[in-house]
Amino acid sequence: MDPHPPLARAGRALRVGIGGPVGSGKTALVAALCRAFADELRLGVVTNDIYTTEDADFLRRAGVLDPARIRAVETGCCPHTAIRDDIGANLDAVDELAEAVGPLDLVLVESGGDNLTATFSRGLVDRQIFVVDVAGGDKVPRKGGPGVTAADLLVINKTDLAPMVGADLAVMDRDARARRGDLPTLFLSIVGDPTATSVADWIRHELAHHAAAHPLTVPVGPA
Amino acid sequence: MATPSLLLLLADGRFPAGAHAHSGGLEAAVAAGRVTDLTSLEAFLAGRLATAGLVGAAFAAAAHRVAMPETVGSAHPARSARPSDAPVGSPARSGALARLDAELDARTAAPALRAVSRRQGRALLRAGRSIWSDAPFADLPATPGGAHQPLVLGLLCAAAGLSRVETATIAAYGTLTGAASAGVRLLGLDPYQVQALLVGLADACDGTAADAARAADDPPERLPAAAAPLADIHAEIHATWEVRLFAS
Amino acid sequence: MRALARLVARADGRGGTALVELHGETPLLLRQTPTDGGVATVHLVGGAAGPLAGDDLRLEIEVGPGAAVRVHSVAASIALPGRAGAVSRMAVRAVVHADATLHWLPEQLVAAAGCAHLAESRIELAAGASLLWRDELICGRYGEAPGGAVVHTQVDYAGRPLLRQSLAVGPHAPGWAGPAVLGGAPATGSLLVVDPSQAAEPPMADGSVARLPLAGGPATLWTATAPDAHTLRAHLSV
Repeated sequence: MDPHPPLARAGRALRVGIGGPVGSGKTALVAALCRAFADELRLGVVTNDIYTTEDADFLRRAGVLDPARIRAVETGCCPHTAIRDDIGANLDAVDELAEAVGPLDLVLVESGGDNLTATFSRGLVDRQIFVVDVAGGDKVPRKGGPGVTAADLLVINKTDLAPMVGADLAVMDRDARARRGDLPTLFLSIVGDPTATSVADWIRHELAHHAAAHPLTVPVGPA
Repeated sequence: MATPSLLLLLADGRFPAGAHAHSGGLEAAVAAGRVTDLTSLEAFLAGRLATAGLVGAAFAAAAHRVAMPETVGSAHPARSARPSDAPVGSPARSGALARLDAELDARTAAPALRAVSRRQGRALLRAGRSIWSDAPFADLPATPGGAHQPLVLGLLCAAAGLSRVETATIAAYGTLTGAASAGVRLLGLDPYQVQALLVGLADACDGTAADAARAADDPPERLPAAAAPLADIHAEIHATWEVRLFAS
Repeated sequence: MRALARLVARADGRGGTALVELHGETPLLLRQTPTDGGVATVHLVGGAAGPLAGDDLRLEIEVGPGAAVRVHSVAASIALPGRAGAVSRMAVRAVVHADATLHWLPEQLVAAAGCAHLAESRIELAAGASLLWRDELICGRYGEAPGGAVVHTQVDYAGRPLLRQSLAVGPHAPGWAGPAVLGGAPATGSLLVVDPSQAAEPPMADGSVARLPLAGGPATLWTATAPDAHTLRAHLSV
């Protein structure tokens, strides 16, 4: 019965939210990051997506993550509510992972597929990545919405499909910069980069920053 | 009549206690083909209110009574009544709450429903501790999985200064609105018609809350124990599903 | 009618069970019937139609340490209307001591049209006691809507609450026939199995029956709804 832990609690895992529209490649990105960090970080995943035994089998067969390190959260057909307005079930899932397989360095919280307005509460995650894909149309960055404009990292995914769907990456890059100011945007093709190197590097950087800001402390006994 | 804002706040489905993710057994009843339209949803809600609604409301009221012992004997205490001054860690209070927890376990035959009630209790406790940090939540039993939701609700409502009958009303109302809202989402029902249905059940909800508040004066073993065989059966079937949209 | 019946069993010291007290009053009569092993078998024999509204029937059972008793009834009881505004009541109070066994396996209770009936069972089990307790309720005779009936069961194990449930049907029980409670099934019931020698099995549910391990002791509740008494019995047989 953990109270809502303060975000700056020393030594707890960095929580990174991964949101974005349906089909933009959130689950594929989670799988890629699991591959990237397999031998490097103690990892847990909370998914708000519809999560089947097949999904678990896929991750296990791909050798990317032990199903014990994954928790699924039911969202009652309200995926945005579960990550933004009423985050208790997700916080419970994070706590349960820490109890079952902790301590953890990094917890990835995958949102259910939603639209461009869905973002994570700062009460749930420390950083959030918003994933859109070129097949959704190169106008998506221009449309904005809180995910595109305010996420700590915007990932424009499936760049390998750009020629096929007639998406202009230069336009997407320009619109993303216009919308996001100094916030970073990365282009990604997991087909060509199965460990999502650039995104993994960004997380490593955030993780180092998180560790420096919240060093692991040892409880001090009576002097 | 004092300001009802806190009553509205705590009864609101937007209060962050996880209500959006629970259908109160409706998802399984829909899958079983037992709820298909407004008429069967109304029958579902009426039955749920008279069973789980009454029991949950009575236990919330009983927990509220434990938190505010000076109101013993009155289902309608003055608004000025404040939560008990007994310090956090009161053995009498923690003993009474542990007894209520065990009594509610005995009224919840389905393990899946016990787990759901405790999960909802955890979610509510998370909110309660953030908002009413002085409330005696530490007296809740340290049961694995957390205390049952109605116990947490009773303490939380006492901390918010609500009366016993208001506490019972929030509990009974929550059993209706959660399932009704799930009906809108699962069956694509007309939301106006579903609200009209809730309006039709409002008197029954108030009556259930009044009964529950009165029952809270009885010893714990005499609190309402209204059973619903299909609620138990549906809950256990639901717990085996590979994919659930709702947590209950 | 008012009636009080009482059954007290003790281990006889030779591996058997002696009924040291066995008496009833019309319409609540008890008859010992031949049995095998160390178990004493008793049948409830209805000495009149009913219960009728206004009847107040009480049965007390005590099973001493190491004794074993099995109780059946010779026929279903049919709760019927009686005096206007009156309620019929059948109250069973059972105490089962350590290492003792009680099997309560009566025939169904039928809630006839217009009845107002309360079946109320309170069972105290000492640690180490065993129990089979079956309640079966048929909502109305054939094709008939039932009157009001409440089946209340309260069981403690080793001083701890094990089971509390009140099933209410009829015109004063909102939604009882609806999809949250019985889903239109005219027959419903439960079988409580308390057996300290057995590890609890995991929960299981299938359509209209569930096996539910309880929280308060070494016990499992089978609960079921059914289209008829025969199907219900098949769900609730051990």
